[in-house]
Amino acid sequence: MGVSTRFFFLLLLHSGTCFRRPQLILREIFSSGVLSLIIILVSGLFVGMVLGMQGYETLQTYGSEEALGVLVSLSLVRELGPVVAALLFASRAGSAITAEIGLMKATEQLAAMEMMAVDPLARVVAPRFWGGVISMPLLAAMFSAMGIFGGYLVGVVLIGVDEGSFWSQMQAAVDIREDILNGVIKSTVFGIAVTVIALFEGYDAPPTAEGVSRATTRTVVTSSLAILMLDFVLTAFMFRGV
Amino acid sequence: MNDYSVNIESLSFAYDKRAVLKNIHLKARRGQVIAIMGSSGCGKTTLLKIISGALRPTEGAVHVEGVDVGRLDQAGIYALRRRLGMLFQFGALFTDMTVYDNVAFPMREHTDLPEDMIRDLVLLKLQAVGLRGAQHLTPAELSGGMARRVALARSIALDPKLMLYDEPFAGLDPIALGVIGDLIRRLTDTLGLTSLVVTHDVQESLKIVDYVYFISEGVIVAQGTPDEIRASTLPYVHQFVHGEADGPMAFHYPAPAYDLDLGVQHA
Repeated sequence: MGVSTRFFFLLLLHSGTCFRRPQLILREIFSSGVLSLIIILVSGLFVGMVLGMQGYETLQTYGSEEALGVLVSLSLVRELGPVVAALLFASRAGSAITAEIGLMKATEQLAAMEMMAVDPLARVVAPRFWGGVISMPLLAAMFSAMGIFGGYLVGVVLIGVDEGSFWSQMQAAVDIREDILNGVIKSTVFGIAVTVIALFEGYDAPPTAEGVSRATTRTVVTSSLAILMLDFVLTAFMFRGV
Repeated sequence: MNDYSVNIESLSFAYDKRAVLKNIHLKARRGQVIAIMGSSGCGKTTLLKIISGALRPTEGAVHVEGVDVGRLDQAGIYALRRRLGMLFQFGALFTDMTVYDNVAFPMREHTDLPEDMIRDLVLLKLQAVGLRGAQHLTPAELSGGMARRVALARSIALDPKLMLYDEPFAGLDPIALGVIGDLIRRLTDTLGLTSLVVTHDVQESLKIVDYVYFISEGVIVAQGTPDEIRASTLPYVHQFVHGEADGPMAFHYPAPAYDLDLGVQHA
């Protein structure tokens, strides 16, 4: 824990280079963000569709099926969007980051960089960190948007909930600061956690095939647990006023 | 100006309490190719790491290009490394870049040269290793020997004063081996470098080097010109040069008596 915290502060200290050369960060946003889009959008659509079906079943018991838009949007924006997007991000982008850095270490690419007087923390690690941190809230937002669309497809188009109620109740109930901003904060924190874990595991991996494989597994497991734990803590602070 | 690119005096190094190098004295005269030989695990790669500033000496002084490496901070080590080149055992090319971008990498990182000038310099370096035509390939498309040559072009990108080679002949076929050996000698002579070659490939190295240091168990056990080494009667050098299975470097790993291990009772 101490070593990874030190690693986190070191990579913040070495972030100057990538801010002077934003193309390094843009490349990582492409690798971590753009290449994760398909899995995020498809998953978001299906999660939203399931929410639409389950929500309708529950709400119609109380004769409140017009509130389906509120249920779907609040569930996604507050909770499912940030959490599920982060879990998917950890398994797609996090594991890729760990494997890439671990292999760069195993094949002496990081050592070669150091021998060329280029600091790997500044040139390799920091751009990936900022790329991940910037990508994560954007991916969560797209997940939520796609989920709401999925809920609309099932609720309004297939089942026949009133379209006006669906959108107007959603608009009235979702608060920019309480719901959307808190969701963005959550996904940013998850982005920091997943990316730091993935980078640290890769950088710290023994330079062998087995070492890289274990580090990649650890990234997915540790990140997933960290996301769920942080989600509880953040939710407690944001919505319960703890 | 100092005659020696590398000057090591009374160097000792230990990992925790395990001594790896003991009282090493080594000099590399400018413009020469120096070989550091010895069996695996004898400490020769550790010596290379100390010269490049990756490890600090436990005792003694290591002067590289007139600078005491042991006294440098991180910024000083990076400043020194801009004057060094290093060829890694398997090239260590960046796999997400083309051959061209690999060679351009140090120039883009350390200079403000315009891209068209970088292009000319990259082509010049690739021409020197015979791979100008491979500039668009990726490392995955290169053979072992070609990858080593690209890595060599990359390591001379910033015109270093001193080149360090870590096992440059490992895993190469005889043709690629000869090509790399020839390049090491030719680049040293034409660019006025000093080259330090860590290797255990005796036959290839003795063809191209000016002076040889033999290390065994962290100590320099022999040194001399290639002719002196070939003629040496020292048991360790003789075993090494002639590739004999047994000698001062025993074939058998230390073990209890064979009959005891087998449980054989003597009458």
